[in-house]
Amino acid sequence: MSEAFGGPHGAPVSNRVPVLRLGDVLLVTLQGDLHDSTAQQLQDDLAESIVRSGAGGVIMDISGVEIVDSFLGRVLAEIAAQTDLLAARTVVVGMRPAVAITLVELGLTLPGMRTALNTEAAMELLTGQAVSSHFGGPRRESQ
Amino acid sequence: MHTAAGSQARLPIRSDMDLVWVRQHVRQAAAQIGFGLVDQTKLVTAASELARNTLIYGGGGTMETEPLTDGGARGLRLTFADEGPGIADLEQALSDGFTSGEGLGLGLGGARRLVHEFAIDSAPGAGTMVRVTSWVGRPPRPREES
Repeated sequence: MSEAFGGPHGAPVSNRVPVLRLGDVLLVTLQGDLHDSTAQQLQDDLAESIVRSGAGGVIMDISGVEIVDSFLGRVLAEIAAQTDLLAARTVVVGMRPAVAITLVELGLTLPGMRTALNTEAAMELLTGQAVSSHFGGPRRESQ
Repeated sequence: MHTAAGSQARLPIRSDMDLVWVRQHVRQAAAQIGFGLVDQTKLVTAASELARNTLIYGGGGTMETEPLTDGGARGLRLTFADEGPGIADLEQALSDGFTSGEGLGLGLGGARRLVHEFAIDSAPGAGTMVRVTSWVGRPPRPREES
């Protein structure tokens, strides 16, 4: 089970989480064990980044996150809610099975949160939606 | 800060940095005792909830870890103690949705669902002590329907 643990070198990181831009989408990768203050800083930074860049979507990759407690769960839910208000959409990607099992038991099911199993699926979800909402979409769906 | 996991240890809970150390220590101790990945995750999550309560409501305190054996069974006991204002209504504090500070109010009730044994001792003005224990390989507690 040692692969799931940072060990003596998995020192806590207290700096900012980088926000990358990929076309119309902002990509955030959470790694390891986050300080509460780092998570809150990210929430503020993301709101700024969305407005500044006009991005239509945010992908939050949490595949490197070993636990989500009620604090981090609340931050994720608030990020999703605030991006909605800023005309963007958040997709949470890569939640570990053990994290999902634990969150449900904890009572935090995050019903409004969009999720995808990987970044490609999230990108499809976001760009598909962005296209259809902005232009009525070149989508191949029958009327 | 490098207590050999598997031995008794006491960690301070004074800042959100300490919450990170608490989680890492519990993860390491649980892995060494032989908890599987899902059970490690549950125990670390419970510890994070309880340590945050100690920090936010209790004004800081300590966590003690203690490996246990009971016959052939191995377990880990975590004790969170603070000398804060204490809790007047324990039943209310354990119900989902109750919070007197930040958070979703899932801290105590949520943590209780993630462990096998849960005990709390608190009174107004007398601080709070929460003790949780989980055992390797034991199925989760039966769900309480409410």
